[in-house]
Amino acid sequence: MDLAWLDFQGYGPRLIEGGWLTLRVAVLSMVIALLLGMFTASAKLSSSALLKGVATFYTTVIRGVPDLVLMMLLFYGGQIGVNMLTDYLYDATGGRIDWFIDIDAFTAGVITIGFIFGAYMAETFRGAFMAVDAGQMEAARAYGMSPLKAFQRVRFPLMMRHALPGLGNNWMVLLKTTALVSIIGLTDMVRVADEATKATHQPFLFLLPVALGYLAIASLSELLFQWLTRRYSVGFTEAND
Amino acid sequence: MEQLNQAIIDLLSGNEIFTANTLDIYWEGLVNTVHLVFVSLLIGILLAVPLAILRGSRFAIIKWPIWCYTYVFRATPLLIQLYLAYYGFAFVPGVRDTWIWFFVEEPIYPALFAFTLNTAAYTTEIFHGAIKSTPRGEVEAARAYGMSRALTIRRIVLPSAFRRALPAYGNEVIFMLHASAIASVVTIMDLTGAAYYVYARFYAPFTAFIFVALLYMVLSFGIQAIFRGLERWLLAHLRPAG
Repeated sequence: MDLAWLDFQGYGPRLIEGGWLTLRVAVLSMVIALLLGMFTASAKLSSSALLKGVATFYTTVIRGVPDLVLMMLLFYGGQIGVNMLTDYLYDATGGRIDWFIDIDAFTAGVITIGFIFGAYMAETFRGAFMAVDAGQMEAARAYGMSPLKAFQRVRFPLMMRHALPGLGNNWMVLLKTTALVSIIGLTDMVRVADEATKATHQPFLFLLPVALGYLAIASLSELLFQWLTRRYSVGFTEAND
Repeated sequence: MEQLNQAIIDLLSGNEIFTANTLDIYWEGLVNTVHLVFVSLLIGILLAVPLAILRGSRFAIIKWPIWCYTYVFRATPLLIQLYLAYYGFAFVPGVRDTWIWFFVEEPIYPALFAFTLNTAAYTTEIFHGAIKSTPRGEVEAARAYGMSRALTIRRIVLPSAFRRALPAYGNEVIFMLHASAIASVVTIMDLTGAAYYVYARFYAPFTAFIFVALLYMVLSFGIQAIFRGLERWLLAHLRPAG
């Protein structure tokens, strides 16, 4: 059997590197999205009108604007914005703060995707927060737990059961959104396939394996989410059992 | 009209970026975006209705190919599907001599092809879910009235399934509008392409992209309002009393 095609005309190693980059972008932006989502959900449920307003503004804007436009805004505009800020700091402090912050494509991509999916995570977490019985938190406080400890030991483990289906969905969409970083110049696996296609005029040889790569990551993460769902459902039985 | 034109000209005079020329480019972008999204949604929904009915078939040979189609198109990025449609036809040897080349030459056709298949896959799943959740009693009542299978689907199942699918389909329409931004990658002058052009020409990322973001927001909220209106009209019988 001739296995020469597995070399992908010399693009094999670069495709694998691109896949690794896709994974890194996806995982890092997922971490940002989870943290932002948690904060935003808490802000939406807080009693402060200002926090609520900011959180609602954030989720509304994100849901109205395409991912790619936000990514281009941050990538092409971010550097100018950051430079203006550091210049201002330099002038204001008489030169004592002399920073240069470089916004490269990787940072811009990860921050934008994290920022976008933070808004979607916020909705998931908000529903999950509200699904936790208020008595549970009251009991935690009655035991003298600090708010942080009560969150960590009571609210978080209980809400995860409600949040996991939404988190799983968001993760799958996020994974596909990472393909957009190829447009702002990151060499993820889509970018490598695009370049290889232009050079060799063999689109199917490169684009189909990349599509399979996405399918593989999606299937593997489905297994992970099944395991997590089992783990966080310990102690609960399904109604139809 | 004369006065309005004069007012716009006065407003624009002295503005370096928003000249009549750039506004024209944004307008072209808006037309292209709306055209792309509307046509792919229209063909997509026409494909999705029969596919959704067949997706619930008892026969594995009908059911599984449709399942595979929707799974693959929903699990891979639209960008890859767009590249496959864009390069896939163009690089087939000899295609330049056939009638297909007419469609491949213009990037709008591969883009429409990819977008249509993508939205048809999502819409099929949305409708399939809605059809599956038809209350059993409704179908049984239809059968008891002596309706044939086809008549039951047409008169009972589809009208109530469409209503149930409406909120999810509204999300799909907005998702499609946002996803269409990648059309600019294959040299189509859509809204995002127009914004990129203005950015590159004037090196004004904030003006170019924030303006286009606002346009997309207006479109999104418009679509949302339409669907909310539709829901109020078509789902009136489900509204809580009082």
